[in-house]
Amino acid sequence: MTTAPACYRLESVQHRYGGRVVLDIGSLEIRRGETLAVIGPSGSGKSTLLRLLQFLERPTAGRLWFDERLVDSEPALDVRRRVTTVFQRPFVLNRSVRANLAFGLHVRGWSNRPAEIDHLLTALGLAPLAHAPAQSLSGGEIQRVALARALAFDPDVLLLDEPTANLDPRNVRLVEDLIRERQAQGVTVVLATHQIFQARRLAHRAALLLDGQVIEVGPTAEMLDHASDPRTRAFLSGDMVY
Amino acid sequence: MSQLLTEFRRPELLQIVALTLRVTGAALLLATVAGVPIGALLGLVRFRGQRLVTLVLYTGMGLPPVVVGLFVYLSLSSSGPLGVLGWLFTPTAMIVAQAIIAFPLVAGLTMSAVAGVDRAVRQQVFALGASRWQSAWTVLLEARVGVTAAIVAAFGGIISEVGAVMLVGGNIEGQTRVLTTAIVLYTRQGEFALAMALGVVLIAVAFGANVLLLRLQGRLRDQ
Repeated sequence: MTTAPACYRLESVQHRYGGRVVLDIGSLEIRRGETLAVIGPSGSGKSTLLRLLQFLERPTAGRLWFDERLVDSEPALDVRRRVTTVFQRPFVLNRSVRANLAFGLHVRGWSNRPAEIDHLLTALGLAPLAHAPAQSLSGGEIQRVALARALAFDPDVLLLDEPTANLDPRNVRLVEDLIRERQAQGVTVVLATHQIFQARRLAHRAALLLDGQVIEVGPTAEMLDHASDPRTRAFLSGDMVY
Repeated sequence: MSQLLTEFRRPELLQIVALTLRVTGAALLLATVAGVPIGALLGLVRFRGQRLVTLVLYTGMGLPPVVVGLFVYLSLSSSGPLGVLGWLFTPTAMIVAQAIIAFPLVAGLTMSAVAGVDRAVRQQVFALGASRWQSAWTVLLEARVGVTAAIVAAFGGIISEVGAVMLVGGNIEGQTRVLTTAIVLYTRQGEFALAMALGVVLIAVAFGANVLLLRLQGRLRDQ
């Protein structure tokens, strides 16, 4: 894993909203095929980081590379289509669950892949809801639909923003199993979460983000068990550090 | 009542209804073809002067039809800039006038419907790999109930309109006489039973057309 080439590279990346600095990262590398957990309290900049990695926004300052290519404008469609995000508050389209899952395939001009969609529906416990209007589902069901929709077109990079925030333990397990399945296939995963145990279960490495800054980054177990920075230790022990 | 029923059998009634549907249908089609894409674009993009464009559009939604009729009349009259077309006092002039009345309604309400779609939809669609056109189309589909309501509102606005079609059509029997102008004429002539019969037909036509549009809206909502 340590020798894998960089999927993303951030150098002196700063991002501001209305003059307020919300992200200030000196250096961060996300390697191809790894799962990096970005942990930190609410408002620490996790979602903003994912937005930059999804190319939804360009950094106010600094440089971001994707696959060794500098991202200084909106990437070409074929590059953009390699990356997808499951947002913290996912939005489902006003159509059936199954049609939502097929959306990413349709925009790519691919065929429907019914077997793959059936597998995802079953794996996430959504099969009985396949023909239900997606907007009539509960928050937890919508979150699972959003994950299945993101996986249906086999992205190279999966950006997950609190993907199990609305789920009960049984569904958390279903989602994590599916993420592990993709990890085994070599998908790069960036998991923004404030659930330390989830980071431990899923991520190869973890990075702590506080006030938009990367405080510490390293192999997950090592960082969570033997954090070198006092702010990391304080966060992990539940102290207020922001 | 029996006199009213007799009036329904008048031979010219069918011709008047057919022309009404032809003029209003063509005007609505033109306004929809132009108004939906323009309204969608205005709802999707941000640009300098957008507030002014929005203000003009909203003003257009409340434009008195008779003023539109006057404008079209002057443009198409023999001394007007488009007089050479020879459209004045023809169904074409009526279609033009009604399309101008319907356009701001379709475009303005479509703009509101599209702008009202959650910004999260665009970001989600972008993140799922949609191109710009696919994103715009998806947002328009998400706003489909509002867009259909825009078309329904425009239809209601022009089928019941009398001032503009009277001015530019001239209410010529067998040529430019539609339901609304015929009602005005027969009321003035004291033929109240016939005017009433035409009024009933106008309401029935409007009701039937709205049933069709609302069924379409319901089907779109359920998709």
